[in-house]
Amino acid sequence: MPAPIRLRELIRTIRTARTQAEEREMIQKECAAIRSSFREEDNTYRCRNVAKLLYMHMLGYPAHFGQLECLKLIASQKFTDKRIGYLGAMLLLDERQDVHLLMTNCIKNDLNHSTQYVQGLALCTLGCMGSSEMCRDLAGEVEKLLKTSNSYLRKKAALCAVHVIRKVPELMEMFLPATKNLLSEKNHGVLHTSVVLLTEMCERSPDMLSHFRKNEKLVPQLVRILKNLIMSGYSPEHDVSGISDPFLQVRILRLLRILGKSDDDSSEAMNDILAQVATNTETSKNVGNAILYETVLTIMDIKSESGLRVLAINILGRFLLNNDKNIRYVALTSLLKTVQTDHNAVQRHRSTIVDCLKDLDVSIKRRAMELSFALVNGNNIRGMMKELLYFLDSCDPEFKADCASGVFLAAEKYAPSKRWHIDTIMRVLTTAGSYVRDDSVPNLIQLITNSVEMHAYTVQRLYKALLDDISQQPLVQVASWCIGEYGDLLVSGQCEEEEPIQVTEDEVLDVLEGLLVSNLSTPVTRGYSLTAIMKLSTRFSGVNRIKKVVSIYGSSIDVELQQRAVEYNALFKKYDHMRPALLERMPIMEKTATNGPTEIVQTNGETEPSVVEPKHLPPVTQPANQANDLLDLLGGNDVVPVIQTTMPTKPASAGGELLDLLGDLSLSGGPATAPASSVPTSQPSFLLDGLSSQPLFNDIAAAAIPPMTAYNKNGLKIDFTFERANPNPNVAVITIHASNSTEADMTEFVFQAAVPKTFQLQLLSPSSNVVPALNQGTVTQVIRVLNPQKLRMRIKLTYTLKGSPVQDLAEVNNFPAQSWQ
Amino acid sequence: MQFMLLFSRQGKLRLQKWYVPLSDKEKKKITRELVQTVLARKPKMCSFLEWRDMKIVYKRYASLYFCCAIENQDNELITLEIIHRYVELLDKYFGSVCELDIIFNFEKAYFILDEFLLGGEAQETSKKNVLKAIEQADLLQEPRHEYFAVPVY
Repeated sequence: MPAPIRLRELIRTIRTARTQAEEREMIQKECAAIRSSFREEDNTYRCRNVAKLLYMHMLGYPAHFGQLECLKLIASQKFTDKRIGYLGAMLLLDERQDVHLLMTNCIKNDLNHSTQYVQGLALCTLGCMGSSEMCRDLAGEVEKLLKTSNSYLRKKAALCAVHVIRKVPELMEMFLPATKNLLSEKNHGVLHTSVVLLTEMCERSPDMLSHFRKNEKLVPQLVRILKNLIMSGYSPEHDVSGISDPFLQVRILRLLRILGKSDDDSSEAMNDILAQVATNTETSKNVGNAILYETVLTIMDIKSESGLRVLAINILGRFLLNNDKNIRYVALTSLLKTVQTDHNAVQRHRSTIVDCLKDLDVSIKRRAMELSFALVNGNNIRGMMKELLYFLDSCDPEFKADCASGVFLAAEKYAPSKRWHIDTIMRVLTTAGSYVRDDSVPNLIQLITNSVEMHAYTVQRLYKALLDDISQQPLVQVASWCIGEYGDLLVSGQCEEEEPIQVTEDEVLDVLEGLLVSNLSTPVTRGYSLTAIMKLSTRFSGVNRIKKVVSIYGSSIDVELQQRAVEYNALFKKYDHMRPALLERMPIMEKTATNGPTEIVQTNGETEPSVVEPKHLPPVTQPANQANDLLDLLGGNDVVPVIQTTMPTKPASAGGELLDLLGDLSLSGGPATAPASSVPTSQPSFLLDGLSSQPLFNDIAAAAIPPMTAYNKNGLKIDFTFERANPNPNVAVITIHASNSTEADMTEFVFQAAVPKTFQLQLLSPSSNVVPALNQGTVTQVIRVLNPQKLRMRIKLTYTLKGSPVQDLAEVNNFPAQSWQ
Repeated sequence: MQFMLLFSRQGKLRLQKWYVPLSDKEKKKITRELVQTVLARKPKMCSFLEWRDMKIVYKRYASLYFCCAIENQDNELITLEIIHRYVELLDKYFGSVCELDIIFNFEKAYFILDEFLLGGEAQETSKKNVLKAIEQADLLQEPRHEYFAVPVY
């Protein structure tokens, strides 16, 4: 068999391929040759073949059949083989495959090899891709090498130790003794990697951090090394554009940052050196600025004296004026981080920051925008808003939503006058109207409602805007709403703020009807206009036209519009006496949590609007999938997915929608939303007032329905007890009682149920998700079913017993007759 | 550092070094999308971008893009220096390195990178020491087993 072709030969050949197909053919041919060569267990050319395989892998072709061959190469005695073998392992294997574990022994041997370059290969591979098991097995060897006097190996061992610690944090302790004299090394490689190792340890463990601060006196050592780097003369080996070992300087500064944070003594000890670095570093090249950047970050994070902080901010200010856009970018990023704490200092650079809004680079623009919003205050609001609105006009679409929201927020906080506020909103709506977030519409409506004296002015301006352009939906929606509310002010020409316009009732109705028929209007917008038209029936003198419009839409294809029109029609016909009261002017709205998107969530004092603690709830991320499983089982079509205990979600727009979602369960007493039982601290009071997830209706009158056993298998027994919901007799309240007669607890117990489509079901949160062993207790959970007919249900149970997960499905058909009367 | 990618102006991958465990599929997806994103950048834009939840630092040298994904705490400006140092090492080793050198000697590009960085961090800050180590290791390669077509230097 002829020798396999050489690597470079193959590369050359493949590059001559003119089409993808041609290349694929060559690759396949070569792969076949390589495969047979592997099969023959050819030692001589294995290395060459694997190298070729790696090349083809880089082109995107599969190379998994070479994995074992890499292991064989690693085990070989030849250095060439090992080099390629380890490279192949790093490229083709990763900790997800079991194969990689076979490397462990080879690596162990190679870590003790007589040739340092072989040891180096092993350390490198372990440090790049070692799995936790490998790290556990080999940590001892790494620790040994960390103490060697061979700096070539020592530096590699240090970084390998970093990887081990990342993978298996518990092993951190064992490396502690070896770190004792790492910093007394002269070798920069060892110094650099040691600083990285110390950084990793300090970041991970507060105990380590205080140990290094106090016992090892790390700060003075680092200060000394840094000082030497700055003060010593030119060192050709480590020089980069006149600066001595910038990589090491940056890492030391970063470690100092961690040591100095929240620690007065450490911070004081490093004050001088930081000032020295900040003032003496050459700023003409990127490398100097890199060091300054790190210095600034450190100064801002530790307890530095104010003089030093001002120095840092000024460095950032100078960065902002730098021609190099990378420097401007990091300056803006850093300023964004410090704007809260050093607000006044950053304010001084406001005009430079605002100029950055005009930069060509997207990232710089974004940061400048964020920073500008952070700098807006009562004093500069007018000027800043002018710049920001100009920015809004000309910026890319990806910015418009954020910018618009930012403008609204800033305007709300610092508006110098109501009129200015309304004008600003108008400007945003007309220039970026289609990018404004959906929740801005209700917020704006509320704002307008509450600015009572501006109603006439607002509605006039909005009307004029509508005449110009009806394509921007948020603008159109706000405008229709306003016209519906304040149309009377519009026609009567009462505007004080500016020249009142002459508008007739018919003209107004023309515009609103125009919205209804326009292709540009979304269904939501149409809804707004129809309602607005209806409201005008109590504000305008002529109702006939309105009656006509309303009756036409009674047969609209759009269900929402149809419903509205039919109801309004009914209002005209049967309930005309109620109409004025119903369509009255809106009162001033209180800004409650129901209108805000994030406040509804239980905060527990935390800031993230996160889902409730999972340990008390059936996992809410899964219900969608599992509900679908149940759906499949019940034969798909006639099943309604369970509404599990509802998460506190973002309400769609106005707060009322959340209630609407659960409204059709016809439960009185309001929806039971997030389970009160699982949250220990106080609830926000609005939606959850007086509600708990415990069975609400323990009505004595329902005692007539006998309980039943729904499921009894493998030691798990589930009984159902029934109550009639009071006062709604169509809702049956079923309480499940789960008991466990086996010897071990059933943990992570989740009960799910699905019912046919004719029913509606709500599952509240369980009392716990552990069913104690030997019938020592039960888990209870409440199900509410809206049921006019014979009930049947399919249930799914999942739990963990003695470490193994168990899952079971069952059908429950034996409901007692009284439960559905 | 999470990973480093080298790719041409046409989007062909020349080197990929991953320091985080990801499946092949994920690596391919990230590579494809990131390459697209970087190639779409205009020359006047800065070398840093936020992509997914990572910071990306990239720089173009002739026909090759050097692209790194770094952690949030890492210093972007010094990463540019790291990239530059790697290019200098390649340049010294190959003698005025060009893309073809890296294509035909990709395994050596890896060897050099592995002597400079380990686990995503710089292990040696002296150019001289990195090159010396590579030189010595090259000498250990068994000559009768050459898969080289050309000698090392």
